[in-house]
Amino acid sequence: MEANGLLSPYRVLDLADEMGIMAGKILADLGADVIAVEPPSGNPVRRMGPFYKGRSHPERSLVWWAYAGGKRSITLNLESGDGTAIFKRLVAEADFLFESFLPGYLNGLNIGYEALREINPGLVMVSMTPFGQDGPYAHYRASDLVGMALGGLVNLTGDPDRPPVRISEPQFGRLTGASGAAGAMIAHHYRILTGEGQHVDVSGQQAVARVLSEAPATWNLNQVSIRRQGVFRTMAGGQLARTTWLCKDGYVTFSLTTGTHGESTNALFDWMGEEGYDNEGRSFPDWTSLDSSTAPQEMLDRVNSQVESFFLAHTKDDLFTGALDRRILLFPVNTFKDILKDPQLRARRFFTRVEHPEENAVFDYPGGFVQSNQQYVGTQRRAPGLGEHNCEIYVDGLGLSGDEMAQLRELGTI
Amino acid sequence: MDNEPGIRAFEGLKVLDFCWVGIGPLTTRYLADHGATVVRVESRGHIETLRVAGPYKDNVPGVERSGYFANYNANKYGITLNMSHPKAGDVAKRLVEWADVVTENFTPGTMERWGLGYEDLKKIKHDIIMFSASMFGRGGPHDRQPGFGNILSSFSGLVHLSGWPDRPPVPPYGAFTDFFLARLALTSIVAAIDYRHRTGLGQHIDLSQLEAALQFVAPNILDFTTNGHEQMRSGNRSPDAAPHGIYPCRGEDRWCAVAVSTEEQWAALCRVMGNPAWCREERFATHLGRKGHEDDLDQLVGHWTANYVPEELMSLLQEAGVPAGVVNRCEDLFADPQLTHRNHYIFMEHEELGLHSFDGTEFRLSASPARYDHPSPLLGQHNEYVFKELIGMNDDELGVLVAEGVLE
Repeated sequence: MEANGLLSPYRVLDLADEMGIMAGKILADLGADVIAVEPPSGNPVRRMGPFYKGRSHPERSLVWWAYAGGKRSITLNLESGDGTAIFKRLVAEADFLFESFLPGYLNGLNIGYEALREINPGLVMVSMTPFGQDGPYAHYRASDLVGMALGGLVNLTGDPDRPPVRISEPQFGRLTGASGAAGAMIAHHYRILTGEGQHVDVSGQQAVARVLSEAPATWNLNQVSIRRQGVFRTMAGGQLARTTWLCKDGYVTFSLTTGTHGESTNALFDWMGEEGYDNEGRSFPDWTSLDSSTAPQEMLDRVNSQVESFFLAHTKDDLFTGALDRRILLFPVNTFKDILKDPQLRARRFFTRVEHPEENAVFDYPGGFVQSNQQYVGTQRRAPGLGEHNCEIYVDGLGLSGDEMAQLRELGTI
Repeated sequence: MDNEPGIRAFEGLKVLDFCWVGIGPLTTRYLADHGATVVRVESRGHIETLRVAGPYKDNVPGVERSGYFANYNANKYGITLNMSHPKAGDVAKRLVEWADVVTENFTPGTMERWGLGYEDLKKIKHDIIMFSASMFGRGGPHDRQPGFGNILSSFSGLVHLSGWPDRPPVPPYGAFTDFFLARLALTSIVAAIDYRHRTGLGQHIDLSQLEAALQFVAPNILDFTTNGHEQMRSGNRSPDAAPHGIYPCRGEDRWCAVAVSTEEQWAALCRVMGNPAWCREERFATHLGRKGHEDDLDQLVGHWTANYVPEELMSLLQEAGVPAGVVNRCEDLFADPQLTHRNHYIFMEHEELGLHSFDGTEFRLSASPARYDHPSPLLGQHNEYVFKELIGMNDDELGVLVAEGVLE
């Protein structure tokens, strides 16, 4: 292993499935040596679509590619005596352990936190589960939809005339994994100060409940329950203002802002005027002098239809380019095609080329989540094949012999 | 909460915090909750956006009355410093000398204009760690573009992926990305501290909120770059599960999530429903069959769920092993048995808000748990403590700064 990256001295054993796979990816991007410890049947994430070329195959899950990039992989059956014995040897040399099994599962195999701490008192173990290790829902079954609902985000999203709606791309596990990485690093800092490890118990439901903006405080302070508003937002005076608009080739995000942000709205109406749009918005001299709590709904509705027709006549690109020149707070609702050609991301060289020799191909991947002026942050290499690093870890690392390896294979331990 | 004595995870860490609004203050709150001394720099001339954003106590606006601001700034010390005053630079310099980490999330160019860019900070303290977050990161054609977190959802594909396929997309609520990107931000700051510990080198971390948000849709990006396939929003449907949706319950606008992804779960759902005749219809016998008749299936399941309040339905289904969850409204979150068990909301007495709820951390650390010592600071509440106790000014120096309006 080349030793670069901000966290290069550290080793992570990563047992997590979709509930926590993101945590290991974040540390791998920072240069840690992250070893995915998979059951011989493979991490369940390998069975999650979409798949490369659309064909379901454990080496072609794009979710796996996305979140196991830069990791190494070994196979190990934790439900066998030999498996747990080998696991304990790995734990003795690890700095972090990430897992997302149902609470109690590892304890049942005698490799829960208390047992592992005996082997390695410095270990930072991070458990990422839907509801945390204890409490009345600790053993409830969750899915992305269930977690996002109980966490409170689903209630706030969607058109009022239909059921509340989730983000179609599952985010429950990813939000939880991001919290797992944060918790791991807080515990790591404590270890720097004291030499001691600890157990970090992450609740997915809480990880969601922390992304609700001011909605919980609004209930706590004013007993007002914010509900889904579809493509509108509620202004300070209770008026509805549109946020998502159809344009010629897609959608854009724009709000009729007032007060300190009113310049943006003024600039849009000036632009519409330049292009000969008959806009009554101009009869309001200045959106900066309007107050978001008193701007009349009737007036907002009236200008809405004019803005609508202006947007419909322009593409996302035209609107965003014009908005940048005029400092209008308007942004495209990007599709992934748009994202791939975004000039800002290109200028920052965000996308990184990752080689897939088995596919005889090189693909663009998202780059790192931060840039550091000291070290590269981001995907170092493609996701590992199942057990790709068994020899590296077991033979070169732990010193198992060829015979032992053959026996463990025979027994289905690796 | 957890007020046992003992060393805290960030004991001794000194953070000079120029952050404002969402992602920045939430990032430094993790540090403050775990023992760092976080000094939040504000100014009376340019009030922090969240102080003038609702909800307000009693619906009466006021810079000390925003519950939004309060939540992200608990446990921090608040000072005021008028950065456009000619003497502010010297004061800031002394604060930088004190600090281990400087954090900010202004539009790129702002800190530089104040003489507090990374190169300037490094001259003051050679191993300083500077953390910057911005919409698009430093460099590139759009880096000076101001904006709100809401916009990042739009830019990053998250809006495109939210809502119904036959309708315009709907944004996830609020400045969505701000709140979870703070977790990545915190992770990178601690990695930088560790790196300095090992190498003696400081650094500048530059977080583009767009680039960080794209980590959460990485499979969608790869589907496009490897397959040329553009994914589309799909309401509450999932390719791997059916029934899978948000179903109506008894009560006004009450809902429950149900997600059936295995044959066992389907059989259990049928059992809980009392095995009605339609459950045995051939077309619902397999996953593919259920997917193929999903509109009918949703209607039939929804007809049944409407008999129950969501809490009752969730517990019936969970007992049978079917993943189900109440669509919690904000009022439900405060009464949720699991969140209550985990002490998710921390109540602290705030001078103007009264007893107010603050989010606790979403994780529990067994050896160095978060501690909630004090609520968010009033504007300039800790000027005296910070300038005298932390950076060692005497009364005369402080008096002059106050008289000259530097600490406004």
